[in-house]
Amino acid sequence: MSPARAIVVAALLVAASPVLATEIPPGERRSGSSFMTPETQAMQTDDTANPGMLWVLDGEALWKNNANTVGKACADCHDDARASMRGVAARYPAFDKVLGHPVNLEQRINLCRANHQQAAPLAYESRDLLALTAFVAQQSRDMPIVTGDDPQLAPFIAKGRELFTQRQGQLNLGCANCHDDNWDKHLAGSAITQGHPTGYPLYRLEWQSLGSLQRRLRGCITGIRAQPYDYGAPELVELELYLMSRARGMPIETPAVRP
Amino acid sequence: MAPALINVPKKAKRGEIIEIKTLMSHIMETGYRHTSTGEVVPRDIITSFTCRYNGAEIFRADLFPAIAANPFITFFTVATESGTFDFEWIGDKGFSESASAAITVE
Repeated sequence: MSPARAIVVAALLVAASPVLATEIPPGERRSGSSFMTPETQAMQTDDTANPGMLWVLDGEALWKNNANTVGKACADCHDDARASMRGVAARYPAFDKVLGHPVNLEQRINLCRANHQQAAPLAYESRDLLALTAFVAQQSRDMPIVTGDDPQLAPFIAKGRELFTQRQGQLNLGCANCHDDNWDKHLAGSAITQGHPTGYPLYRLEWQSLGSLQRRLRGCITGIRAQPYDYGAPELVELELYLMSRARGMPIETPAVRP
Repeated sequence: MAPALINVPKKAKRGEIIEIKTLMSHIMETGYRHTSTGEVVPRDIITSFTCRYNGAEIFRADLFPAIAANPFITFFTVATESGTFDFEWIGDKGFSESASAAITVE
């Protein structure tokens, strides 16, 4: 490296460091499951005790269901999900060339329904959409997250990062104020986690149901007394995208269990 | 459609104590909640769970509104002979589901 280039790189590093200072170093990243009690961890790892598996079973049935106008099931194009869907969830949200913006897994499923099955989109947080998403995502279990490889995603990741650090709401808090700066502390009795979306859709004991990352994000935004974005809003997808790229390399746990 | 997850060991030695785990998909709506317009959400829960081992009842539980959604019921029994475990869940609004699992006792 020439001295001139070294100076430029050093200058960039200095310029970037005040922002990067609060980010979690890769070696210190922890999945939300490591903050849980051993009982809740056992519930997640035992497939016959993990309630998320009920949705996965439903999703497997839906995968083979061809009750639509064109009579095509997901399996008719994609065949065995165990092979075709392996690793897919680990790279979502992904850039859609036709739409020109990133889409998450739920939106991809609904796009597939519209384009290839001529079926109406499934509502966000409906049992069927959660079930299909959980079934698809479970095929990537234990695989490292690789979201963000596509260079076309860069501006959207940057937007997501901006949302993550931006203070908002009556409490004037940004996501980063808790999940980057105070993840080793507690909020009331609950652990503040690092906010890595490794296990979505996941079964939250508080919800008594499976739920998406967007549901979790909306809950957090309501918690800081800000106006939550609607399901499917570009802002939520950008936040999802940033969070997934922030968790790069961490293994997928879907369907995870959280308290 | 209400799937159930059943975990019964496939094989056991005669006289061995075995653990049986069951997870049934159900919303377990308490009947104490209200909608945003003030109407009561009617109760919809599983009220009874039974397990029969080769026809003989070995476990029964009554369920109440305080039990969380997707009830996970686990219990122990002694493996006496090869055969089947039959599980039955009965609840409000005509809810009735059953499942079974086989065991080989050596």
